[in-house]
Amino acid sequence: MESFFLYSAVLLTIIIAVPLVRVIKGPSVLDRLLATNAIASKTIVLICLIGFLFGRIDMFIDITLAYAILGFVGSLIIAKYISLEKKEPEDGN
Amino acid sequence: MEIKSIFVIFFVLVGIFFMLIGSIGILRLPDFFSRTHAISKSDTLGILFVVLGLIIHDGTLVNSLKLGLIMIFIALANPIGSHALANAALKKGMKPLLHKKKKEN
Repeated sequence: MESFFLYSAVLLTIIIAVPLVRVIKGPSVLDRLLATNAIASKTIVLICLIGFLFGRIDMFIDITLAYAILGFVGSLIIAKYISLEKKEPEDGN
Repeated sequence: MEIKSIFVIFFVLVGIFFMLIGSIGILRLPDFFSRTHAISKSDTLGILFVVLGLIIHDGTLVNSLKLGLIMIFIALANPIGSHALANAALKKGMKPLLHKKKKEN
């Protein structure tokens, strides 16, 4: 069971590396922000799997909860700040 | 192999499959408003499946309750974040792509 968690963590790391392409070449700021949000929400599962690998899941769950709440609040505040900016005339995407 | 390990492996593999589909979707879809679908739907479903498999693997009561709390928080927070980003894009003046272009990527 330990080796299965190890292999699934490696596979999940490869999956997390895919939206970095959208972060680098995204046309607008919101595309980059959306890809960053995707990376942050997949990292939660990765931290849980690493906690089961180390055998200290009671400590890693608290780290996971704090990380999830921080990422959610940051994403909401940046979205609010972008929507309050001055409206651009054309050429959004 | 006991019956618990089969359930754990099944749920974790199904969750990783849905997360892979979400990652491919954010790379391949042509528009911002269609990329939010790849994040808010398939990604949330994949995370819920993996955490459900971890709940089955972990036997104790306190850790399972905390993982259930993570499940509830993810199911609430991930679509709210995507909806806030889409709302900000719409207020900023970004138009959705209604007609398919010929040469994309």
